[in-house]
Order: sequence, then C-alpha cells, then structure tokens
Amino acid sequence: MTDKPRIGLYVCHCGINISATVDVDAVAKYAQNLPNVHVARTYSYMCSEPGQALIKKDIREQGLNRVIVASCSPRMHEKTFRKAVQEEGLNPYFLEIANIREQCSWVHEDMTEGTAKAKKLVASAVAKVRLLEPLESTEVDAEPAALIIGAGIAGIQAALDIADAGFKVYLVEKSPSIGGRMAQLDKTFPTLDCSACILTPKMVDCASHPNIELLTYAKVEEVDGFVGNFTIKVRKKARYVDVDKCTGCGECAKACRLANRITSEFDEGMGKRSAIYMPFPQAVPAKYTIDPENCLMLTRGKCGKGPKCEEACQAGAINFEQQDEIVEFKVGAIIVATGFDTFDASRKPEYGYSNYPNVITGMEMERLVSSSGPTGGDIKVFNGEEEIVPKEIAFIKCVGSRDASVGNEYCSRVCCMYTAKQAHLLREKIPDAKIRVYYIDVRAFGKGYEEFYDRVRRENVRYIRGNPSEIFKRGKKLVVKVEDTLTATPLEDEVDMVVLAVGLEPRADMREVMDLLRLSQSGDKFFMEAHPKLRPVDTATDGVFLAGCCQGPKDIPDTVAQAKGAAASAMVPLASGKVTINAQVATVNEATCRGCGYCVSVCPYSAIELVTVNRFGHELEVARVNEALCKGCGSCSSVCLSDSIQPKSFRDRQILPQIAALGGTR
Amino acid sequence: MMRGMIMISETNSFTEKFDLLGCIQCGRCTGGCPVTVRADLNVRRFVYDAYNEEKLDELARLAEIWDCTTCNTCAVRCPKGLKPLEVLLALRSMVVESGKVEPTVRDALQSVLLEGNPWEKPRAIRCDWMDGLDVKMAEPGVPVENLFFVCCTIAYDPRLQIIARNMVRILNKLDLDYGFIGTDETCCGSEVRTLGEEGLFEMLIEDNTELLNSFEAKRIVAFSPHCFSVFNTYYPDLKSEVIHYTQLFDELVGENKIPWRGELQKKVVYHDPCYLGKLSGVYDEPRSVLQKIPGVELLEFDRCRERSLCCEGSGGKMWVESHSKKERLAETRIKDARALGADIVAVSCPFCLLTLEDALKGLGFEEEMRVAEIMELLGEVVEE
Ligand SMILES: Cc1cc2nc3c(=O)[nH]c(=O)nc-3n(C[C@H](O)[C@H](O)[C@H](O)COP(=O)(O)OP(=O)(O)OC[C@H]3O[C@@H](n4cnc5c(N)ncnc54)[C@H](O)[C@@H]3O)c2cc1C
Ligand code: SF4
Ligand code: SF4
Repeated sequence: MTDKPRIGLYVCHCGINISATVDVDAVAKYAQNLPNVHVARTYSYMCSEPGQALIKKDIREQGLNRVIVASCSPRMHEKTFRKAVQEEGLNPYFLEIANIREQCSWVHEDMTEGTAKAKKLVASAVAKVRLLEPLESTEVDAEPAALIIGAGIAGIQAALDIADAGFKVYLVEKSPSIGGRMAQLDKTFPTLDCSACILTPKMVDCASHPNIELLTYAKVEEVDGFVGNFTIKVRKKARYVDVDKCTGCGECAKACRLANRITSEFDEGMGKRSAIYMPFPQAVPAKYTIDPENCLMLTRGKCGKGPKCEEACQAGAINFEQQDEIVEFKVGAIIVATGFDTFDASRKPEYGYSNYPNVITGMEMERLVSSSGPTGGDIKVFNGEEEIVPKEIAFIKCVGSRDASVGNEYCSRVCCMYTAKQAHLLREKIPDAKIRVYYIDVRAFGKGYEEFYDRVRRENVRYIRGNPSEIFKRGKKLVVKVEDTLTATPLEDEVDMVVLAVGLEPRADMREVMDLLRLSQSGDKFFMEAHPKLRPVDTATDGVFLAGCCQGPKDIPDTVAQAKGAAASAMVPLASGKVTINAQVATVNEATCRGCGYCVSVCPYSAIELVTVNRFGHELEVARVNEALCKGCGSCSSVCLSDSIQPKSFRDRQILPQIAALGGTR
Repeated sequence: MMRGMIMISETNSFTEKFDLLGCIQCGRCTGGCPVTVRADLNVRRFVYDAYNEEKLDELARLAEIWDCTTCNTCAVRCPKGLKPLEVLLALRSMVVESGKVEPTVRDALQSVLLEGNPWEKPRAIRCDWMDGLDVKMAEPGVPVENLFFVCCTIAYDPRLQIIARNMVRILNKLDLDYGFIGTDETCCGSEVRTLGEEGLFEMLIEDNTELLNSFEAKRIVAFSPHCFSVFNTYYPDLKSEVIHYTQLFDELVGENKIPWRGELQKKVVYHDPCYLGKLSGVYDEPRSVLQKIPGVELLEFDRCRERSLCCEGSGGKMWVESHSKKERLAETRIKDARALGADIVAVSCPFCLLTLEDALKGLGFEEEMRVAEIMELLGEVVEE
C-alpha cells in the first residue's frame, strides 16, 4: 500500500429502516474524527443512483482511495457499491460495508443503543478498510455444454431449451426411458390434456435433437472440477440389448418365459411385464431392456433350452455378454432434475393400504383410469372376495403431507388438484358412482384451479370436511372412520374403494446426487436452493442448478417454469464462454505450511488439496487452493495451526484490528 | 407465551400447555376416537373450545369428559403432534380439584392414598395371591436381574391372581434371576393420572421411584401394560429399564427355555391392549409368544395392531359408569372374534381381560369361547 488511506464514509438512512433506531447524523459526525476518514456523509438511500453518484463524485473530487458504506447486509448491495467505486478507477476490493441494518437497527429498539452500536461497527470498518489489499478477479473459459440429471418433464424441458440455444446437452436418465412421472399420468389438471399427448412429442424431440445426447439406463458416477469446467463420468448400464439393432418390435417380450410374470413398476405394481421389457409403449428410446434382477439367463445362467427372446429377435439384438459402458465428457453447467417419490402409504397403517386391495394410492389411480393402464381404463377393484366396479368411492387427502406424525410438515401442492381430477375422471367412467372427497383444506391456487374445483363439485362430487382416521372392513365394505367437522358428526362411511391422495417426498436415493454435487437439503429434505425467493433455481455449488420436484413438490406448470429458469441460468456461463473466479479466496504461505491437511478435511467445498513440492532438495507436502472452488469461507484458516492459510481480505492482520475496534470502549 | 421473536398475548394455560393453536381442526382425533360410536364425546371440539378461558369451567362440567378411555388414538393420529386426550384429563383435574367427583372415583383415589391400591383393599393382604407358592423376594440393595411389578388389579382380583401365580410357577422352573417386591408395592398411578388426580400421581411417582430404585434391578418386568407404559413415560428418574412380561417371554420362547407339557389345540385371536400397542408400539412380542405355544392356530382381527379397537377398560372407566345404551366396544370385539371362529380371545392386560370377559358373558357365548390372559394359557401348557 503506497498511498496514505483517504477514506470516504457514507451512512445510509434506508428510509426509516436504519434512521428510526440509529441517529445517522451522529454516526457520520463521529466517523469524521476517526483516523484517515476524509469525508463522512449521510443519505436517504445510498443504493439509489444519486446515492452512488455521491460516492463517485467524492472519489473524483476528493481523491478518496477507500470507501465504507454503512448500510444493509453486504449480501444485499456489496456488488452494487463495488461496481460504483470500480467505475471511478478504484480497486473494487477497497470497499467495506458496515452492516448497520440487519446487525443493528433491525435488532435494536432503543435509539441510544442502536447509535452506539452503529458507531462501533463503523469504527471497525475503518480499522479494516485501511489494511485492505487490491485484488483482481480472474476469468476462465467455460465448456459450452450442460449435463442434466433426470429426464422427467423438468429435465426434458431444460434439455430442449439449452439444446435449442445451440449448446450441447447430455441428458442422463436412470431408468430405461425418459418421461418420468408425467408419463404415468392419465390426464392432467386443470385442462385435462392427455398427459402422453403433450409429453410424447417432447420426448421424441429430445431423442432426435442434434444437440442432445440421451444417456438412458445410466448413472452419473463422478463429477470433478468447477463451474465452467466440470468433468463427468457416466455409467451406462448394460441393457443386454444392442440398441443399434433393436427395432422395438416387442417380439422378445411376447416370447419371454416370464411374460406377464414380473411386476410392472410403470403400472405401480398393478400390471405385469416380461423380464425383457419396454416400460411403456411410447418409451424413448423405443428399445428393450433386460431386467437383470429377474431374467432367468442372467440370474441362473440358464433359460430352458435357450433364451426365448434371443430366438424371437429377428434383428439379433440380444446380447447377454454386454458390459456396462463408461462415458466421459466435459460440461460448463449441471442441472439436477431428479424428481420425487410418492409417499409410501403403508407408513400410515391406520389406512390399511397393506391390508386391503381396494385401498389404492393416487398414483395407482392414474394407472387404473388410463386406457393404456393394466385394466385398459376400466375401473375395477378386488374387494377381498370379488372384482367389482366400485359405486361408493372415498378420496382421502393429505396422506403423508402436512403430517408431523410421519415427519412431513409441508403441503405436497398437487394432491388437492389431482384428487379433483381423478374424481372427475371417475364421474365420467362411473356416472352413478357416489364420490366423496374427505379434505382438511382445498388448495386450488393455480391458474384455472379454483374454476376446475368448482366444476368438479358441481359434477356431484361431495366434498366433506374432515380427515379420516382409520379404515377397517365390515362385510364386503370398507369403513372409513371420520368426523364431518362442519357438523361435528363422527361417521362410519361404508365404501367400495378408497383412494389415498399420497403426497410427494424427496427421492429415497437422493444422497447419491447430493454427495456427487455437494448439495444440501432444506428442512423438508428436498434439495435446497441458494435463496428461496431470489435464487430459486441456483444451489450453493456454483454452476449447479435445480429444476422440478427434486427442489420441492410442484405441479407440471411450475415444474416447466422452473426448468426453463434453470436452463436460462445454466446458459449464462455457456453463452458468455467465461466464468469469473471469486477474488477473495484463500491463499497458502507455502514457506510455513506444514502439510498437516487439517484445512483439507474441513473445507466444505473440497477446494484444497495437498501437493508435493521440492524445497531445498526435500520433497514435502503443502496445501494448495483451487481458486475456482474456493468461496473464501475461512474454515481452513480457523483450523490452521501455523496461520499459513488465510482468505484474502480476511487475513488475520486485516480482521484482528477490525475485531479490536469492535471491542473498544471509546 | 413466546414463539420465536413474537410475544403471543391473550392465551390461557391450556393454550400453551396443549399447543391448542397447533390444531388445524382436521378431525382425525374425533374420527379415530373409538367411543364416538356410543358416546357423545367429540375430543376435537374440546381442543377448539379450550382456547376460551371463560369456557373451561363449563367444559369441565360436561359429562362426556369422562367418556374418554385414554386409548391414545387421538394422539397417535393427530398430524400436528397434539395430544387431544390430555385436554380432557386436564378438565377432569379441574373437577377433581373442586371435589365434585363421583363417590366411586373418590373412594378409589382415597384407597390409593391410604392403601396403595384403588380397590379399597388393605395393603397387608396385597401378597395373599402368593399363598402356597415358593416366591423369591427381592431385597433392597441386592442386585436382581428381573424385578417383577404386579399390578394392583392382578394382585387383588381373585379372577386375575392366576396370572401372577402362573408366572411364579413358570419362573421357578427356569434358571432366571428374579424377585418380587412384596406388600410395599404401590399403585403405579396410571389410572390415578387418567382420573385427573395430578397431585396424587406426582406423589406416587416420587414414592415409587424411590422404592423401585432401592432394588438394584437390571430391569423391571411389569405385568400390566398400564404400569409398563406409565413407568416408561412418566418416571424419568427410574434407574432400571422397564419391559412388559410378554417381552420377557418372547425372549424365553426364542431361547427355547419353556418346558412345554401339552398342546393347546385352539384357534386363538390376540387383542392388542391400547397401552401396549398404540401407546408403546409393542405388537409382535405377544403374538410371537402365542405362536410358539404348541397347537395354537393364531388368528387376526381385521382391526388389529395400529387399528385395534379399544375395549374401554382404561381411562378410569372401572370407576365411572357409562350411561350409553349402545353396544359396548368389548361386545363388538367379542362378536368379531366369534365371527372369526376363535376359541380363545387372548389378552395381555388385566383390564382387557375383565371388560372382554364381561362382554362375552353378557352375550352368552361362554359355551363356545373364552377370554384368557396369555399367562393363563402358558400355565395350561407348561410342565407342572
Ligand atoms: C398421482 C399424481 C398425479 C399428478 N397429476 C398431475 C396433473 O394432473 N397435473 C400436473 O400439473 N401435475 C400432476 N402431478 C405432478 C407431476 O407428476 C410432477 O409435477 C412432475 O412429474 C414433476 O416432474 P419432474 O421432472 O420434476 O420429476 P419426475 O417426473 O419424478 O422425473 C424425474 C426423473 O429423474 C430420474 N432420476 C431420478 N434420480 C436420478 C438419478 N440419480 N440419475 C438419473 N436420473 C434420475 C427419474 O427416473 C425420473 O425419470 C401429479 C403427481 C402425482 C403423484
Ligand atoms: S387431530 Fe390434531 S390437528 Fe386434527 S383436529 Fe384433532 S387435535 Fe386438531
Ligand atoms: S384417548 Fe381414545 S377415547 Fe380418549 S378422546 Fe382420544 S381417541 Fe377418544
């Protein structure tokens, strides 16, 4: 530091947010007498154009070389003010924020106390700003490609947007086909479009898009690097079918010895498939896969006199010798779109889901009403004695949602509407059915939702306010034990079928992705976004974004909107071709570093590694920081025994005087 | 009351204590409450109404607060973690405090205070059930593996004493370190609590904790699910682990320790007591004991385990008459058992035994079937 510090200090009123509990003029007056403070002013809104102009003018006219803004949290406007000082030719890191709003005016009621504390905060900023060093942020090239994990409607939509913008997309899907949960749905609320009709074209677009590489039946195994420069390793599991030869004709499945013997996941366990299968007719890719857990050949090494599928396949696509394949590529950004699980209804044993075949979940209902479902769309259930067309039907809402007894306190957001939809579909299929919906509240908040709910009620779907407590059997009937809370009448409602509107839960296997990408979970256990309002598609890991139900329950319109948002955000580094690396990163003094590695073990961003260096002919290990990964959090420096690793702008020699000023008694 | 940063004004003692503001009026509590089919009780309305301080006295005067059997269904079903029945018990407390309780209740509580049992029997004859048996007694300060706690009802009721007697007979055949407490044994307070006598309940907790801790017991084996549950829930300072005897026997049959003598060629259906099932989550052990009895064919009620139907034996119901003319739940239960073709309704709780047997007799099914405690059945098939 060559020049003598000339500090400009600006105290913000923030309307009355600060000035109601802090005497801003007194603070400015006090600051005027602090060492090196050249000017000290107050202004109503420092972040406004005129507020910033004030700073700029002083830098110009008074030759300031350090600036302090006493205002809100640096999270709000540090960037704004950095930019302002930089525009006047000052190093942007010669700026310090004294947070006198969140840390002062908002938590104090008394003006005297508030003012005294604001003075201390300002004095501590002065103590530090004098010692700051100029920093330069660096830029690195970004790979113009994206990885999307999960190909439900969220992943599909994000892939199409990014690919249409001209970037390469790798779309990785765990199951044999893309489509996700939406592919299982019959019609979709509130407009009742057929789910397959609106989804299938998008799936096909994905498959044929020159910029999209589909990696289905695959799993991301390794992610290395940082925003702009991720290296990805994906395992494509063996399908035991050569996809280049397979024509999707389906002769193999018909011939399979286990045809109609294996439970179909796609039909929610209500339908059957073969050991070689395509999950559903519109699957993309339209290729068959052998299920290694059931196939006789793969589990026992023998299938009768020889595998029937092999015999049936004209194209010669069956290959029991096929191995998993590892694919490696580089991307600049990653979108996580891994979706949700439905709540397991057996966790609420009072509803008898494990006991009665005619107690079904909403997802099972989707398959039951679907004309491509296990009954061809006929509503038939087994009541323990015989198969019947149910005439008395009860829906139960909030199963596994808003329920602390199962640990899910959140509302699943889609069950109210899918229940209304399913009640409508049942009304169409069984005109004389008596349908009642047991509810706590009806949440019809989306566009066209209340109108749809109105319509369904008027189709003679009886809404009864009360959440059932128990289901048991009486003769052939199911008894729903419930209170009609509007009339305070306990009821034992006898019905033929119960549909449990199960909620949405985070996927049971989400840990895999969490660990790969260092993501965290919010209170509801879904993936946590960087900010619930202002950065809803970002994560704490730069370059990694969220889309769809993996971030929280949502319907298709919201899923698609979020996917488009995530795509746009992911394209920022791809389109600019550059990523800026944070300048306030940790640096290592290699001369004193002892290579103990404590810092490596505490760094939450895995930004430090030990490297071997040669010092005077001796090989020894020292810590080295990957500046692209470092967030400057300082965890490392708090554990370093030799004070060798320190974040720039937060070095001991910079923050100890700052802390001392806070403790001062002036 | 403070909630985070916000001061909440105008709430009464009930509001905070029972988290009344957490309620979303979903009705699962009342929906699940088994007594609604025969009594006026609507527990949700109490959760709603107790918010008004001025209304509490009026609520406490309503007869239906005594309908609750404390089966705990409302609490396990509540999605917001409330315990609706506790509101009813607190109202009962107000009545008890004012002294306006039924004479039967007053006498039972008086008896607990004076004789350590609610059955108005002298403490001195608490161990008469031991007559003619060689019972090992535990001694304070001397380590013992299994310290048995005999429920007052089993100790005094001639119909139930066989449970304790069979226990001793079987224990003496096994190589098991055990001890009984003797006449110092005092009511666990479970029913005292449900009758709303908070002060007496607190006194029992203190005295019993001191008594039980004076034995160097590795674990306490309770005969009744009520003692078992109340020890585990309301006795924080007990030094020993508390188990129910069916858990001990589950271990013993698992280790093939039981010297079977004969067979019990019967169809047996097990009735889950609320205090063992819904309150404590013990569902498998009693079943596994029954299943191991040679010859037994174990049936299941449709309403079993978490969906089991309460017998109405608890919640002070032994001392408060129900005025409902509708079918008793115990009768429903017996009819269901008969429809299943059961020969025996097996129970593991003294109250369930009394209520179900009463119902069976009332229905006139004695010729076809019977109600039996698991310990009774074991007595019939274990070597003399
Ligand atoms: C019964 C029911 C009915 C509904 N009806 C409607 C309706 O009518 N209208 C409406 O708007 N919404 C409806 N919804 C909501 C709708 O299903 C969701 O909004 C939508 O499916 C969310 O899409 P998604 O892509 O986020 O998740 P998903 O559909 O779950 O897709 C996630 C995909 O990621 C894959 N995946 C997961 N983990 C990995 C991994 N580690 N690696 C690779 N791939 C992975 C999965 O296999 C899956 O293909 C309904 C929901 C339910 C439960
Ligand atoms: S179950 Fe709980 S939340 Fe629902 S009405 Fe009863 S007390 Fe209130
Ligand atoms: S404890 Fe049982 S009987 Fe009492 S109110 Fe609750 S559900 Fe009803």
